Amino acid sequence: MKRFRRHAHESQRERLKQELFHFNKTVEHGFPHQPSALGYSPSLQLLAIGTRSGAIKLYGAPGVEFMGLHDENAAVTQVHFMPHQVELVTLLDDNSLHMWTLRGHKGISELLEIGRFMLTGPPGAPPSVTSVTAVLAHSSGELLLLGTEGGHVFVVEVPGFRELEERNISLDQITNSIPDDYLGRRNLEHVEALVENPINPSQVVIGYGRGLMVIWDLEKKNAVQHLPATQLESMWWTEDGSHILSSHSDGSYCRWRVGGPEEEEEEEEKSDIPYGHFPCKAISKIVQLPTEEGPPFLLFNGGMPRASYGDRHCITVIHGKTHVALDFTSRIIDFFVIRSGPQHTGDPSALVVLVEEEVVVIDLQTEGWPVIQTPYLVPLHSSAITCSHHVSAIPLKLWERIITSGELQNAHYSKKPWPIMGGQNLAPDPPQRDLLLTGHEDGTVRFWDASGVCLKPMYTLRTATAFHTDADPNDNMNPSAEGEWPPFRKVGCFDPYSDDPRLGIQKIHLCKYSGHLAVAGTAGQILMLEPNDEAAEHTVETKVVDLLQGQEGFRWKGHTRLNVREDPVEFPAGFQPFTLVQCQPPAVVTALSLHSEWKLVAFGTSHGFGLFDYQQNNNVFVRCTLNPSDQLALEGPLSRVKSIKKSLRQSFRRIRRSRVSLRKHHANNAAKIQEANARMEAELAEMELAPVQRKIEARSSDDSFTGLVRTLYFADTFLSDSTHHTPSLWAGTNGGCVFAYMIRLPAIEHRADEPVTAQPAKEIQLMHRAPVLGIVVLDGHGAPLPEPLEVAHDLARSPDMQASHHVVVTSEEQFKVFTLPKVSSKMKLKLTAVDGSRVRRVGVAWFGSSRTEDYGESGLVVLTNQGDVHVVSLPHVKMQVHYPCIRREDVSGIASCVFTRQGQGFYLISPSEFERFSLSTRFLVEPHCLVEPPFHSAPLSQHQPEPDGAHRIPQDGEEAESTARSIMEHALLNDEKVLQEIQKSLEGDQTSFLENSMKSAVA
Amino acid sequence: MNKTHRVPSSRSLSAVEVKSKFGAEFRRFSLDRSKPGRFDEFYGLLQHVHHIPNVELLVAYADVHGDLLPINNDDNYHKAISTANPLLRLFLQRKEEADYAAFGTDSLTRKKNTVLSAVLLRPDANKKKPPVIISLPKDFRPVSSIIDVDILPETHRRVRLYKHGQEKPLGFYIRDGSSVRVTPQGLEKVPGIFISRLVPGGLAESTGLLAVNDEVLEVNGIEVAGKSLDQVTDMMIANSHNLIITVKPANQRNNVVRCGGGGGAASGSSGRSSDSGASYYGYSAHGAVASMPTHIIQNFSAGELESDEDEDLVIEAGGEAEAIRHAPSDYSIPSVPRYEPHLNLRSHFSSAYSINANGTLHGSGSSGSPNNINANSASPSPDRAKERRSLEEDGTVITL
Repeated sequence: MKRFRRHAHESQRERLKQELFHFNKTVEHGFPHQPSALGYSPSLQLLAIGTRSGAIKLYGAPGVEFMGLHDENAAVTQVHFMPHQVELVTLLDDNSLHMWTLRGHKGISELLEIGRFMLTGPPGAPPSVTSVTAVLAHSSGELLLLGTEGGHVFVVEVPGFRELEERNISLDQITNSIPDDYLGRRNLEHVEALVENPINPSQVVIGYGRGLMVIWDLEKKNAVQHLPATQLESMWWTEDGSHILSSHSDGSYCRWRVGGPEEEEEEEEKSDIPYGHFPCKAISKIVQLPTEEGPPFLLFNGGMPRASYGDRHCITVIHGKTHVALDFTSRIIDFFVIRSGPQHTGDPSALVVLVEEEVVVIDLQTEGWPVIQTPYLVPLHSSAITCSHHVSAIPLKLWERIITSGELQNAHYSKKPWPIMGGQNLAPDPPQRDLLLTGHEDGTVRFWDASGVCLKPMYTLRTATAFHTDADPNDNMNPSAEGEWPPFRKVGCFDPYSDDPRLGIQKIHLCKYSGHLAVAGTAGQILMLEPNDEAAEHTVETKVVDLLQGQEGFRWKGHTRLNVREDPVEFPAGFQPFTLVQCQPPAVVTALSLHSEWKLVAFGTSHGFGLFDYQQNNNVFVRCTLNPSDQLALEGPLSRVKSIKKSLRQSFRRIRRSRVSLRKHHANNAAKIQEANARMEAELAEMELAPVQRKIEARSSDDSFTGLVRTLYFADTFLSDSTHHTPSLWAGTNGGCVFAYMIRLPAIEHRADEPVTAQPAKEIQLMHRAPVLGIVVLDGHGAPLPEPLEVAHDLARSPDMQASHHVVVTSEEQFKVFTLPKVSSKMKLKLTAVDGSRVRRVGVAWFGSSRTEDYGESGLVVLTNQGDVHVVSLPHVKMQVHYPCIRREDVSGIASCVFTRQGQGFYLISPSEFERFSLSTRFLVEPHCLVEPPFHSAPLSQHQPEPDGAHRIPQDGEEAESTARSIMEHALLNDEKVLQEIQKSLEGDQTSFLENSMKSAVA
Repeated sequence: MNKTHRVPSSRSLSAVEVKSKFGAEFRRFSLDRSKPGRFDEFYGLLQHVHHIPNVELLVAYADVHGDLLPINNDDNYHKAISTANPLLRLFLQRKEEADYAAFGTDSLTRKKNTVLSAVLLRPDANKKKPPVIISLPKDFRPVSSIIDVDILPETHRRVRLYKHGQEKPLGFYIRDGSSVRVTPQGLEKVPGIFISRLVPGGLAESTGLLAVNDEVLEVNGIEVAGKSLDQVTDMMIANSHNLIITVKPANQRNNVVRCGGGGGAASGSSGRSSDSGASYYGYSAHGAVASMPTHIIQNFSAGELESDEDEDLVIEAGGEAEAIRHAPSDYSIPSVPRYEPHLNLRSHFSSAYSINANGTLHGSGSSGSPNNINANSASPSPDRAKERRSLEEDGTVITL
């Protein structure tokens, strides 16, 4: 009977777990790592980025995001939207072509791969014959022209990827149709570029690597014209169809007149090496766009003088007399120009440049061509991220102050709205305002709006202004000298170089109610800041705190303290520092906690911890946790002994990892067995060469860095007896030691003059000596104590102070619950002893039930070194759920993880991207968006191939015809019923097609 | 031990020559080997012949191996008489002069005859170098043990290392490797974790139960298959205060051999195992000339495995340090309840002794670990066991 009841209880608990917890990776924030291709659809207003890892990401209006991943782990080399359709084609570096579509499903769109294709040449042909080098998505939306390394152009019908052999343009056909005198001289080489005539879709120009350009008529299957040039890089057909621009590897570009077929003798109308005289680098892409009145825009990529500026990454924009060489900080992948007007055929309005580390959008309609701030795709890593901190549910007042400060900073950005507005964001407004703060290597703290799908930059705080640094802060801002040639202009915010590593931010703590912000850095500096809406000039109060407390015989070999500017400093509006604490020795701050209600800040380093009263600017106490035998802790973060050991270990790991990745890249070849053998051999050889050994030894008090303070926590709880609760400070060290201090605060009216005192109350040495990562006190109900000021602002239930409190200590190995005030172990959960994983991150989160609004419970959210996330219940420390989240090899991803109070989390999947995940069933932030097929073109019959297989090539009168049709379509689509029918037929078509492609993929 | 002393023993079968030394004085007398009488009678006789009627004495004799062994009960008295060949050399000491008198009459010292008699005879030397003491089994601190012999396959060995309160490092390294498994599909290579190195002087090495290239199968009852080297490392470190590893020894020759289906008598099976254990010790004794191993074969219930003895140390404000004990079941492994009072255990135990007797005593003495010092005192029960074994030996002597 009893057992039966327990059973019922367990199944009930299981059900509850399902209502509370659900793991989901929801969205990726930031900038895609290693982008390799760019595409844009003017009709959809969607931007597509392909990456070297085979991901394809689509972006439209803020909040409209899609992501797809190719099964092949190959780089995406080209992305092309099918004109006026929701399909796009990607080319991978394994020569496979993939068709993607945005399919509507339950009111939202999703990105789906609907087909794949690999060119097959005639039997026995060398692979170069079918190796695709150029792709042209024909404006008919039904054809793909594929230029290959062998010089052939294959014509493929899409979306089904049906080869139209009779329409292929072979090299022979080309050679037969142009004069022999040209051919006799040289081989044509590969197809470098394919461009369609903007006014006559039946004409395409085929550009060969050697420089020959042939205008080919797809209908008549003959060459219209040929244009001989030197080594070709790219081509552009001007909008009126009258000229072709070609760019070349010697840094020159040429303008060619397109004449009728009868004009055999064609001369170069204009040839220019823009940065000439000395040898120049290639111009890899050239674009010319007309304006309604005035000269056209000419944009090209590269062409810099090889010797002096060969290392610059430049795009030159020439418009009339204005000539600017936009100088980017990383390699240019690709660029495109957005044109204004309803049909996107008007004046160029914005230049979008994808460089390796960011996307830069230049407003071409505003004087001075300012940069438009991107609402997404922001490089998180403009300086490397060193830490992050998440604050949920920001009060509106603070939120607005941050936004205002941020707007003041962004004055130099263009006022123009974001030009890429495709799709509709259907996601509901975020229920609360969440803030993600990232600390960076250069001493900045960035504030991000993390409430929704778009991680929007809000405000940037620079802490370096409070210090003297070697570099002049205005160094990079200086505009280029007058008359410099080329006329460079620095653009982009990616700047990975830090002048002083000591400025790096290590810990951040923001109190959302008071607005107080504590920021701690690499050189033991702790800055206390508060928001100010006005710029102000003042000096920062500085206190040096000696954490060694007269410990003898220690010599700090690390970096020196930062030099504080003693003169008054002009601080811009926003968070302004008012107090600075500097630890001595100036070791990196490893723990930080702020209690804004008590106006106390606690900080810890590898030497000890201290408590600082920032109202009176007075240090309350310092505790040295240093183990006298610990030599490493003295030497600072740049210890040679450690670094050699570490670098050796890392290099071994790297070797191993590279082998793993090499293995991954090998596709399922016929030589699979051979590969497996080789792998085994390699592994054996590796094993013999470098036997990776692990020492099994119990932790001892003599281990290095046992005194390093890992966590600090303020709590109002029972430390001395069970009737009086007092403020307390808790600290946990790397050596498994927990210190508790009782704090005596003077009465409110004397807070400013009477000193705050503290006395040691408890010390717990965990027997297993594992590093203490988290401390949390539970109230009488077993719920975690609320945050400071939370109760005062009526945002939390006041804690239960009647029943006894407990303290939960999370070490790397165990979760232990101790009673208070008499500390005795009550419960525990062992993690490492059971499954060998160790806790890396721990946070407290509240989980609401998805079924009933009023039920929820708190739990510990845990990330282990195996990359798994666990939820541990409170107060019983029972394992609830666990999910694999991060690859265990991804050490930086695991180290970067930060949890929110609502059971979500962020971690870095690359230096520039946060992955957002959620453990909660109630709080989810994920994209919810719809992209509708463009109305104005796309004939309705596009999905019903004509029975005879003949394809209608749009003729010259197309333009007028299509506009007429689009009007009719509008009328049709306004009729609900018709719309539904069309939708149905479209979807039916697509699903059956999907099935087919799936079958072929299986076969 | 054969021809040379078989001749005299056959010559004077009935009489035993006794040479008793007290301080600088010698007394010689003889006893009837067939009727030695009881120990208290013998004790009275000694007091009488030395003319020290009211002096409390410690009586010791030199055995055939030259070890100094105590005589303090009937059993070891009989053994002393029976093994005398033909001379029985006795060494008497005042109890109050002996530093170890506090340990009670049951304690005995054993040292190499040649060295120790000299030491014993000079009280000043005695003070400089306190004799090694062996205490009762309950005072032993187990260092390692083989457990779960009856439930594991013969090819596996489950070893428990007791790290608690010890200064000695666990002292071993593990590595990745691959082992060959027999599967229905044939031989298959699977990744495994292996012991790669033993630190000289470490706990792992001194037990002699773990060796390089032993495959680690389980850590505290949890299989390591599918776990990474780092995970297994962390598991071992997390369990380091009470580490139980199940290994497949690389050297399968020294395995515990069980008799098949022997009536379920645990004593029977472990009796056999203790025999082979003894041979194992012989092996390890010359293999690793290190300190004395103290192994106990025992079976643990799951609960006992779970029992954990990490007592966190709590210092209350201004107060004394105090260890947290949570549940009554949470004692720190006291050795007594861990012992199974089987005869075979004791005989096993005694075989451990035999190594000491064979000359590893110095190693243990100089290693200075308090456990080892403790381990060198003894109690009646191992003594009885010792007698058993010697009786068996006698048997062989007789048949020879």
